[in-house]
Amino acid sequence: MPGTRRVEKRILMDAAALDAALDRMTEALVPLVAGGRSCLVGIQTGGAHVARRLLARMAARGLPAPPLGVLDITLYRDDTFLGLAQPVVRHTDVPFELNGMDVILVDDVLYTGRTIRAALDALVDFGRPRLVRLAVLVDRGLREYPIQADVVGTRCETTAVENVQVEMTEMGNATDRVVIYERESR
Amino acid sequence: MSSARMNHLLGLEGVSREQIQTILDLGREFKAVGQRRIKKVPTLRGITVVLMFIEPSTRTRISFEVAAKRLSAETLAFTASSSSLSKGETLLDTAQNLMAMRPDVIVLRHAYSGAPHFLAKNVHAAVVNAGDGQHEHPTQSLLDMFTMQEKKGSLDGLEVAIVGDIRHSRVALSNMFGLTTMGAKVRVAGPRTMLPPYLDRLGVRVFDRIEPAIEGADVVMMLRIQKERMGKDLFPSDREYARVFGLDETKLRLAKPDAVVMHPGPMNRGVEITPEVADGSRSVILEQVENGVAVRMAVLYLLSAHLVEGA
Repeated sequence: MPGTRRVEKRILMDAAALDAALDRMTEALVPLVAGGRSCLVGIQTGGAHVARRLLARMAARGLPAPPLGVLDITLYRDDTFLGLAQPVVRHTDVPFELNGMDVILVDDVLYTGRTIRAALDALVDFGRPRLVRLAVLVDRGLREYPIQADVVGTRCETTAVENVQVEMTEMGNATDRVVIYERESR
Repeated sequence: MSSARMNHLLGLEGVSREQIQTILDLGREFKAVGQRRIKKVPTLRGITVVLMFIEPSTRTRISFEVAAKRLSAETLAFTASSSSLSKGETLLDTAQNLMAMRPDVIVLRHAYSGAPHFLAKNVHAAVVNAGDGQHEHPTQSLLDMFTMQEKKGSLDGLEVAIVGDIRHSRVALSNMFGLTTMGAKVRVAGPRTMLPPYLDRLGVRVFDRIEPAIEGADVVMMLRIQKERMGKDLFPSDREYARVFGLDETKLRLAKPDAVVMHPGPMNRGVEITPEVADGSRSVILEQVENGVAVRMAVLYLLSAHLVEGA
């Protein structure tokens, strides 16, 4: 955006805190996926990475891992034509039957709720789940839609000029952390 | 990223490698949408696409129509026989009347080269060239390149032979522009009467026999011979054309063992291609049709996204 730049304001979670948050989420997810007819669906791209971390933790605990799908919600957004940058469509892959499943939708940051609204629309195009739960690493508040998460890694208070960024090594970052950036007018 | 933006798609001449790659990459995701149970996404709700086909075409019009509908756009089809153009109205008058319906995208097929460029200058809508005279047919080339990339992994260094009436083929011209931009090595072949004089400026190798053109090729693309040109000054008969320039299994052995055969359709079986080759294991002709919908979705999406963004 011309005239603005982004500065690092504070670190919400370092690697150890992020690790602990993922542990708490795994703990909370275990009873939700116990039924066997469940799956994780990560929202591209951050949510897909978080979902893979959660599955790795379940496997490390010797728990049977539910199948993983990834969902790109670009084609379902309500703001595609409201001044987005070049719209990039990432890969969607739900390689199993969704009908009757317990779906755990996974995202990295829950903010306005619009992404989740779009994800629900995208999801039902693939089938009719028995139920859908939501798991997020960070709930930063400021909801614009009546959407809440069932499993939350951490909650924090933010303002609209802030940007909460989950940075993980598999995204090419040097270390795992969650950073709050602030837009600054020049 | 901003250089991947487009206002119109009038041809592939001058379109950058990055822009073409953006369309091909998007095409992959849109192809996946077409393979789902619900083959439709809500992305272009509220967008109106006018399909203005002033020259007969069934498959291209239907392909664009399916592409627009899968994106939830409204479509308005407008064909030569049903239009006032047959009553003498000019293209500009027709277009201005259409503008009253506030279309966002106009897809134009026209017998005159340059008609889409003229339209683009005179209307406030994104214009897509769906074939203009003997000039360009960019979405056909995009679907051809998409199919080649899907089959061969990369277009870079790919040996592509285009055989037939090069002079009158808008498919050939768009492919020569697009493929050379993407780093493919293009050979063209046809009877001398069907080879235009400007080929040396397009960076392609030219042959007046089919055999050397398809030798070692990764892709053999056969063009449709327009039968109305037969028996005139260009070529004596379709039987002679089939013998000298038609693709049969014997000639196809000259290409690489894993070469694929393409044709933009509609085919003249027994003229430019034998039924054995057209229906054989190396033919990807029907996949081209499926891929056409996917790349046209990508084009409509990119043009509409930019249009409303307004800039």
